[in-house]
Amino acid sequence: MSSFIEFRDVHKTYGTGAVQYQALKGVNLSVQQGEFVSLMGPSGSGKSTAMNILGCLDVLSRGEYYFQGVPVSALDRHQRALLRRHHIGFVFQGFNLLARTSAHENIELPLIYRGLSKRERRWKVDQALDVVGLLPWAAHTPESLSGGQQQRVAIARALVTSPAILLADEPTGNLDSERSVDIMQLLSTLNQEQHLTIMMVTHEPDMAQYSQRIVHFSDGRVADDMGVSGG
Amino acid sequence: MFGNALKLALQAIRRNVLRSFLTTLGIIIGVAAVITMVTLGKGATAQVTAQVASLGSNLLMINRGQGFGPGRDRVSSPAFTLDDIDAIEREVAGLQAVAPMSSSNATLVMGNNSWNSTVRGSSDALLVAGNWQLDQGRIFTADEQASGAAVCVIGQTVSRQLFAELSPLQQSLRVGRFHCEIIGVFKGKGQTTFGQDQDDIVLLPWLTFSQRLAGHREVQQIYISLLDYVDAESVKQRITTLLRIRRHVSNPAQQNFSIMDTAELADTLTNTTRTMTHLLAAVAGVSLLVGGIGIMNIMLVSVTERTREIGTRLAVGALEREVLWQFLVEAVVLSSLGGLMGVLLAIALSFGLSWWMSIPYVFDAGITLTAFAFSALVGVVFGYFPARRAARMNPIDALRSQ
Repeated sequence: MSSFIEFRDVHKTYGTGAVQYQALKGVNLSVQQGEFVSLMGPSGSGKSTAMNILGCLDVLSRGEYYFQGVPVSALDRHQRALLRRHHIGFVFQGFNLLARTSAHENIELPLIYRGLSKRERRWKVDQALDVVGLLPWAAHTPESLSGGQQQRVAIARALVTSPAILLADEPTGNLDSERSVDIMQLLSTLNQEQHLTIMMVTHEPDMAQYSQRIVHFSDGRVADDMGVSGG
Repeated sequence: MFGNALKLALQAIRRNVLRSFLTTLGIIIGVAAVITMVTLGKGATAQVTAQVASLGSNLLMINRGQGFGPGRDRVSSPAFTLDDIDAIEREVAGLQAVAPMSSSNATLVMGNNSWNSTVRGSSDALLVAGNWQLDQGRIFTADEQASGAAVCVIGQTVSRQLFAELSPLQQSLRVGRFHCEIIGVFKGKGQTTFGQDQDDIVLLPWLTFSQRLAGHREVQQIYISLLDYVDAESVKQRITTLLRIRRHVSNPAQQNFSIMDTAELADTLTNTTRTMTHLLAAVAGVSLLVGGIGIMNIMLVSVTERTREIGTRLAVGALEREVLWQFLVEAVVLSSLGGLMGVLLAIALSFGLSWWMSIPYVFDAGITLTAFAFSALVGVVFGYFPARRAARMNPIDALRSQ
């Protein structure tokens, strides 16, 4: 019960009847605070589904999920939304920044929902921009930023609320290798210096090397769970 | 929380100027079209109503010829005489006033100004029989009529053309080749249904007209006003019988005069107006519906486009109700802004168009409110409900929607 995150025999089924599809077929997984875990596996193996359930973006069909000891499978929509708001930060493959909205305003968004004052927001946003090294680009909109810069804005948006865990779904999937290394080094630093718990879905072994632990998914189950060699 | 929703909504509107503009445009056009159409319709209706009123009620007008219509002879029929008028007054009961009427075109000269107008000859009975009222001065006295005095009463158009702002009373006006003193000015009557200016008139006593201008004793028309309790049909019947004898009509099919009844004409016009009003109501209804569908489409497209955005907002920590509030405020702001601009545009358009069509501008608060409320409601409903559907999805489904 001391695990930060714990999946017990988690199943996820999409559709009903003949078109029913089992994405997760009994996943057991536990993650400790401060870990940097990569989820790998071929497409359709269930790694993204597991990630979405972890982030309360989706609900499981059967089994149990504990977040810091709280049974998430028993929470309602509103309670799951509150859990997202207060404890989880997301980074997506497609960045998912609001278009025509400055980096500052994008990063400020989660703070507005949390009801912070204008002064607090300004301070926290500047701090987050500084962490990702984009302070001079605060007024730029996504359209005038490179892919790598956009992803750093997205990371800053995820970090600005000081979440307990950062969930990254293929954060380097849309970036070239140079930018990807950039992003991975940033995540690695956040993990080591701020002890931020990070879970990342990736299909690139090079990127997975930045984490301490790699969980391989295959056909809706955890096939292999191991530490990074030499890490 | 409401402050946040307002802040986020205004931010979203500012950020998507084109989309916001298109949404608003749909509402502006919907609202403006409906209001303009109905306002112009009301104006036209008001004009017809005013024309009906200017005809007067319970009046008869006797013309020579067989009346209006194809193949009907008007000109070659003999004119009436003053004896006909005496006979009608003497033999038909229930009449309030009977007035002869003849007209001729003449040039009016006043100082350096001249104006071509219709000069008419009649009697003081025309005030009642022709539904005329005096604005200033007086009508002819019995002495003036009996002696053929050089006096006249002019209409508003003549007064405006020759005297502008000055008072025409007691001025000496040259009519054709003689001068007459202006003793009165009629109140304005406006145009006839056929577009003729009824105020472009100079009225002379019958004898004056006959002796000094026309040079004949023909009465071209007879105006009759009936007493209130009298049945117009039976009076028409008796006048017809009388005039057939006097004008030697043996075959009713070749009757050389016709009697027009203003009550009948008013009925026809009122019916036309009623039909027009119903037509307008139908057109307004269809326009509202079409406008509503337009607004609905834009709102639906806009929200579908924004489902991913809703997913993102939920992922970064927005609660369902916060997203809903934002979209509701956005829809209300855009819809009411569009509605307001639509109303202003409609007022400008219908004002301009009614001036151009020379019909009165009649502001209709009912249709203005209805159009505004309906469009705003459609905007809000179709801005809100698709957003609600999106906000109730699992965030991952909203995020993945294309």
